[in-house]
Order: sequence, then structure tokens, then C-alpha cells
Amino acid sequence: MPERSGPSRLCVRGGTVVDERGERRADVLVEDGIVVAVEEAIEVPAGTRVLDASGCAVSPGLVDLHAHLREPGREDAETVETGARAAALGGYSAILAMPNTEPATDSAAAVRTLLALGAGACTEVAVAGAITLGRAGERLAPLAEMAELGVRLFTDDGRGVQHAGLMRRALEYARPLGVVLAEHCEDEELAAGGFMHEGEWSSRLGIPGQPALAEEAMVARDIALVRLTGSPLHFLHLSTARSVALVRAARGEGLPVTAEVTPHHLSLTDAEVASYDPVFKVNPPLRTAQDVLGVRAGLLDGTIDAVATDHAPHRSDTKDEPFDSAPPGMVGLETALAVAYGALCLTGDGAASGLGSWSVPDPDGAERSPATLTQLFAWLSWKPARIAGLDARSGQGGPIAPGSIAHLCAFDLSARWKVDPSRSASRSRNTPFAGRELVGRVRHTVVRGEAVVVDGEAQR
Amino acid sequence: MDPDDVRRALVRIAHEVLERNHGAGDVVVVGLQSGGVALAERLVQLLADIDGAEVPCGKLDVAFYRDDISIRPVSPEEVTRIPVDLTGRVVVLVDDVLFTGRTVRAALDALGDHGRARAVQLAVMIDRGHRELPIRPDFVGKNLPTRRDELVDVSEAGVAIGDMVERLAERDVAPVDLEDGR
Amino acid sequence: MSGRDLLSIADLGREGIVDVLKLADSFAEVSEREIPKVPALRGKTVATVFFESSTRTRLSFETAAKRLSADTMTFTAATSSLSKGESLRDTVETLDAMGVDAMIVRHACAGAPKQVARWVRAAVVNAGDGQHEHPTQALLDCFTLREALASRAGVEPADDLSGVRIAIVGDVAHSRVARSCVLAYGALGASVTLVGPPTLLPATTAGWGVEVSNDLDEVLAEVDVVYLLRLQSERLEESLIPSLGEYSERYGLTRDRARRLRPELLVMHPGPMIRGVEIDDEVADSPRCLVTRQVRNGVAVRMAVLFRLLTLGDRKASDDGQERRSA
Repeated sequence: MPERSGPSRLCVRGGTVVDERGERRADVLVEDGIVVAVEEAIEVPAGTRVLDASGCAVSPGLVDLHAHLREPGREDAETVETGARAAALGGYSAILAMPNTEPATDSAAAVRTLLALGAGACTEVAVAGAITLGRAGERLAPLAEMAELGVRLFTDDGRGVQHAGLMRRALEYARPLGVVLAEHCEDEELAAGGFMHEGEWSSRLGIPGQPALAEEAMVARDIALVRLTGSPLHFLHLSTARSVALVRAARGEGLPVTAEVTPHHLSLTDAEVASYDPVFKVNPPLRTAQDVLGVRAGLLDGTIDAVATDHAPHRSDTKDEPFDSAPPGMVGLETALAVAYGALCLTGDGAASGLGSWSVPDPDGAERSPATLTQLFAWLSWKPARIAGLDARSGQGGPIAPGSIAHLCAFDLSARWKVDPSRSASRSRNTPFAGRELVGRVRHTVVRGEAVVVDGEAQR
Repeated sequence: MDPDDVRRALVRIAHEVLERNHGAGDVVVVGLQSGGVALAERLVQLLADIDGAEVPCGKLDVAFYRDDISIRPVSPEEVTRIPVDLTGRVVVLVDDVLFTGRTVRAALDALGDHGRARAVQLAVMIDRGHRELPIRPDFVGKNLPTRRDELVDVSEAGVAIGDMVERLAERDVAPVDLEDGR
Repeated sequence: MSGRDLLSIADLGREGIVDVLKLADSFAEVSEREIPKVPALRGKTVATVFFESSTRTRLSFETAAKRLSADTMTFTAATSSLSKGESLRDTVETLDAMGVDAMIVRHACAGAPKQVARWVRAAVVNAGDGQHEHPTQALLDCFTLREALASRAGVEPADDLSGVRIAIVGDVAHSRVARSCVLAYGALGASVTLVGPPTLLPATTAGWGVEVSNDLDEVLAEVDVVYLLRLQSERLEESLIPSLGEYSERYGLTRDRARRLRPELLVMHPGPMIRGVEIDDEVADSPRCLVTRQVRNGVAVRMAVLFRLLTLGDRKASDDGQERRSA
């Protein structure tokens, strides 16, 4: 525990500060949770706790738009507390808890329960509400009541809203509330019975596939609904090149749409399923190399705003079942930043080292320039903070400047580490990256001025 | 032994078979895969030449009956063909080399699955000793003292002992321990 | 791992397939004897572990194991993703702990035998997994076809099927038999054409090395063998075909179609046949139809597979594939 006599001081020293204003060498001095100085070689007052950040990018804390914390209902797979700890280890200072709990977060009471659970967690836990009651896709949930408690994003995630008419009403009703609806795009009739991406691999492996169209058809429908209603919409976990193209066109039209992509859709292809290991089962499913390149391109050209984990913990015995019957989903909070860094920023040796299918061949043969650190942290920190409304509310997403609330992530750019599921802070182990070597690791995480992760270890 | 020695020994064995069984009436000749098969065919031909008897000739692969089946890879050389039910017949089992006796032991088990023979007799071209089971041949071409680690090769070119200088003919195959080594 | 398991035809390759076929020749001879049994696998235990019922396949494997003098165990369970019972992993690890040498696994889900092989010490044979593969069926089909072609030509069976043209007809998309047959026939050099309505063909056959057609009559004129697949009634409910009548008319070996067949054309089916839909009685009962031979050869081929897996080399190293449970 930090000393409590006098002001509590913390200095993150020796790193490269990366925020919306760019990159610069600077130490960050924090006093009582507020950044007080961002300068090179700060001389710290006695009693200041110093965190070494040499070799690190020091960014605003990461913000995850998409975390399944399983509480209430499936506390055997994850709780708010364990999910938040995993998030902190992954560099996150805020996460958005998805509403597909049991029962679903579809009422003011449910929101209050979650906010109370999140209050003691080591990162900020914001709450997303359901669009429809029980996420059943039949009747509108009390959006205004939940919005009054601070809910800014609503989604039936886990499912898409199947009925176009209902989705239209939801968008219209939400418009004056200053909130954003978020869609899990999956046309259930087109997807019916499919457990992986329909294509070469599903055909060969004999696993029923779902066509990319199951996602794209709903993306197209929702874009048309946004055009009709004028309400903002966020697309969750886009996974196909064509989905990205649809959103790109919509943004070109000036429609208020935003989008996210997961680390696994940036890095893995449906070829992984050849192992029949259910850790590679996820919804939307892993797609082709073309699609991986498509979503990467979507980030690089600004069509996609954010990288979001879709952290979906499942007890390990649920993955000890056949592929068809195992539940879809992957944990991701602890690996997201390194996976995104490897997939987007590294080239050659760094990107290819031990990452196997990460070196997805570019069909054009074109060398694409890797992303900058500023772009990377934009996708993982300040852009998602803005979509979730957490910038204004709790100072998430930076910039790192005197007077701002101290949410920081120090990311060691050259650390190499092997993903060991048994060392995860999450209650679940279902990472698709088990045993793989990643480059880049979160060294420290600071939330509201408190060092919740120091040298890669959770402090509480 | 040169090819003539082998032929003379076979002729003698044919006479002995006829003498022992008072003709070839109930006799079935069965060659053991793979070295015994050619000898069995020649023996049947000799029986026909000498006695005018038409003796059925079979070939037996004992891979599935071997006692070293889980110790090393064992698989059959060729399909077993026993042309007649052996019940009540006299089986003359033919092999090229008799060594530890384990192949013959397996062959006796295998024959049992083709009927209950009245008697089984064993004919070998070479008995090289080193028996590990209580098995002895009824008809022998030649007793050939060997060391355990030597290899004996019986072929159309005669009989050779591995590593011996006097290979009787130049063949493009390495000498093989026909009984135990593969 | 796969040296000790038979999960896919791809585990065998051409050489392995030929090896199994030759061994099966010997076991076919064993099966014809008055005492069709050899002591080869004395002391070994073979368990049939069926999560999806199939009496025919289970009996064929058990007969094969018994004719090799192995002890047999039978485990059957209805599979249900909703049942809150023990996991697949716990179930097979329990069986493995009883000292089973081989597990013959059938499951309604693709890949289940591959998962089982990662968890157990026993050698695993895939006896049909979902819509993925059914390798022993393809092996017995190759065996039967090779035997039929040889006996027609009056020669010893050849090692390969090069030059043989085979049409696989019907519900290829949902057929594990088709996937194994495509691999096996392809490995042995045959040329394969898949025939069916687009709704019953795989989403893509890229990399399969096959031709695809929707016109059975056109293909019949050009092939030596017609391999008919089973049509399950679910396909009607899923609207993949409008009616059995229309299917039969376009893709069945109807009486009319049968009369136009070249005399030397051979007909195969993995069984059970739906007479009157996939195949007319007249064809099913004609000498060109190899179905009975397929069933008979099943035991010999499965003996060959079990013999090969259980006598070659050592058991799996104790920690091979035994990923530790992480939770």
C-alpha cells in the first residue's frame, strides 16, 4: 500500500510518453491521482514511488469496449474482480462489462448491482446495458432508466437484434438519450448451425460453417437503419473484409457509425481450427487471411476505430468438449495489447517470431507500412474511451498532461514472453495464444493514480 | 552346399517322406513363408516324379502367430494359402533353415486353425542348431554348425553362411536370417 | 501422435493405405477359415467408445478385435451438448485409466477423435466423426474396389487405382464417408468426380483435387464406379432438397438410369441403402453392386488397422500429447 501521510506521489520514469499529442521522452509525475508533471528527467521529491519505465511506451490506460465478466450468473468462469485484475495486467484502466450475464443487464437494478461490484475493482468497470429485455430480441429494455445511471452503450451482444423493425425502434428511441447502440452482427438464419467460418477449412474439416454473409448482411441492414434514423451505431467485432468495406462506405457517406475489431481477428485465421481445439471457437468465427488483412486495413485507414478484446471466459471443462458443442469465446484482456502490437506494429522478425500464422501473406504482395505507436494506442485507449463516453466522465484515454487523472499503461516494447494460461489472473484459461511467444508486455498499470500492476504483477 | 547338393538332398527327403508315410496318399506339403515355399513346391514336384502322386501344396505365413509380435514390427510376407482341410491329413511342413524353433512353434499353432492334422512332420534344408524350444526336424538336408550371430541363406544358388568368404553365387541380396531376422 | 492413431486417411498417405490393404489380404484369408481367429493381439484390450449409435460399425470393429484375440470393451453414450454430465475429456480419460490399448471412437461432432487422441495413451481409431471422416470405411471401399477390379480382369489386386474414374454421388457436404473416400481414392491415383445438387456439395472443394458436377447422367457416361452416399431425412427438413422423389429422379440410380448403365460399371454404397431413393432394387441386387462385399471386407480391413496400430512400435510415450489440464 502506498504511504498515506502527505501527498501520495508516483513517478513513471524513463519511458516514451505516447498519447494523442504524439510521442516524446518524458517522465510522468503523479500526485494524489492527478498528473502534475510530464517532463524529461523530473527530479522527484523524497518519498515518491518510482516505477521504472525504461524501454516502455507510457500511454493513457487502455479502455476495453468489450469484456464479458460473467458476473452475475457464471462466477465460476469470471467475476468482476478477477476480470478487472486480468484487465489491469493487460494495461487496461477501464473496461466495459457486457450485459449478457445471467440475468442480463437489462434494468436499472441490474446496472446498480454491477456498478456496486465494480466499485472495488482494480480498474474502472463501466456497464453496458441490453437493448432488449433478457436480450431476447423481442421487447425494448428500459434504455432511458439505465442511461440515467450512466450507461452509455447498449447491446444484445452474444446475439444481434434479429428483427429489423425492432432495431429501428431501438435506434429511434435511443437518439435523444445521448447513448450509442452496439450491434453484434450475425443473421441467425444465415449462420444457423455453423460453428466456424464457412470456406475451405470448414469444407475440409467437416465442421458446419457459417458464411461471412451472416455478418455482412446485418452490417448492411444496420447501416441502412442508421441512414434512416440518424442515430449512432457501433459495430462490435467486425471480422470480414467486406464488413469493413461496408462500414468504410457508410463513413464516407458521413453516417454516425463506429467499429471495433478483436485482437484474434487481427491475428488468427480459420486454419487454426484444424486442431479441432475449441479454444479456437469464437463468434464471429476466425476468418480467412484475406479477412485478417481486411480488418487490419480497416484500422489503418480509420474505418475501424478500436481494438476491443471480446474477452469471453469459459471454464476449462467447457473446452474439454467437442468443437461443435463447446461454447464460443476466448479470453483476451491480458494478451490484447501484445497481440495487437505484433499484428499491427511489428514487421519481419518481430512479427514472425514464434507467431506462426501471424505472418499472414498479403495477397497483393504489397508491403504495408506498420502502424505507429500513436495509432496503436489510439485504437486501444482514447478512441474507445470516447465511444464509451469515459473520456468526459472519468478522464480515460488521456492525454497525459498536468491536471489529467492518472490512468497510465507502461508497455515494455521489447519484452518477449510465452503465454501461460495457468498464470492468468482470469478465472478461465481459454486463450488461443497459449504457448505462443509474444513481443511486448505490460509492465505497469496505473489507475486513478494507484499502481495496480507493477513489474507485471497485480498489486491487489 | 551348391545347387546340386540341395537338389540331391531334396530328392532324398522326398524318398524319406514317401517311405515314412507309405506313399503320399494323405500327405499335404506346406511351405513356410518365405524361404520354405519354393522348397515345398520342388518337393511336391519330386513326389509326383517319384511316386506319381498329386500332393497338395500350401504356403503358410505365421506372422499373426509369432511370439515376438509386440516386441518388434511383424507383418505377413504373403497371404496364407492352404488348399485343403488338414483334418486327418499328414502335413509335411517345409522350411529352409531351422534355428531357434520359434517359427515352427508358430507354424504348429497356425496349422491347427486349418484343421486337426493326423500328424505334422518337419522337413528343413538346413538345421543350424541353437534351438530354444523342444522341436526337432523329421527330415534334414544338412546339419550345419553355425555361430548364433551368423546368417544362413538358402536360395536357388545353394546355401551360404553370412560373412563367409565363399558365397556360392553373386546375388544382389544381403544374406538374411530366414528364420528369425527380418 | 498420429503414428499411433488413425484419425484421418491423411494420417496414412499412399504408403500407409497400401500397407493396410496388403495386410487386409491376409486377414481376408483368416476370415475365410473355419476358425477365423489368430492370436496376434492376445492380451490387448480394444474399447469401442461410441457417442453416436451405430450398431453395424461397432459390431464390425468388435468382430475384428475378437478375431485378433484382443479383449473388447464397449462404451456407448448418447451425446448431448446440453447434458450436464462429465466432459468428453473426463469420460475418455477414465476409460484410458482402465488400461485400454486402443479406443475406437465414434462421435457426432467432427474432430472429437482427434481431441481424444490428445488426451489418452491408447491408440485412437476414428470410427466416424461428424461430417469429417470415416477412414476405415474408405479403406474397406478401396479394398473392395481393388478386389473387384482385379477379379474382373483376372489378375492379382493392384496397389493402386490409377486410371479408375469414380463418381461420388449425393450428400457430399454432410458425408464423412465422402471426405475419407476423396482422400483415399485420390492417394491411390483414381480420379474422382463429386455429383449432387449444389445444396449437398461442400461450400468449396478447393484443394480437394476433384471434379464437381450437378449432372449425374453426364458423369455416368464417363466413370467406372458410382459410389452412392446415404441421404438423411434431415436434408428435407433443412430444405436442401425439395423432395425425395425429385432427388431420386435426378441423383438416384433409378431403374431407368440403371438400364442405360454400361455393363462394366460398378456400384458401391456405404450402407444402409435407401432402396427406391438412392438406388433401385434391381441395381442393388445386381452383380455390379458391391455392397455385400463392402460389408464383408469391413472386418478384414479393420483387423488390418488394429493389427497395424497395436503391433507397430511402442505405446505412446507417457507424456506424449498429455497436455496437463490447466485449471
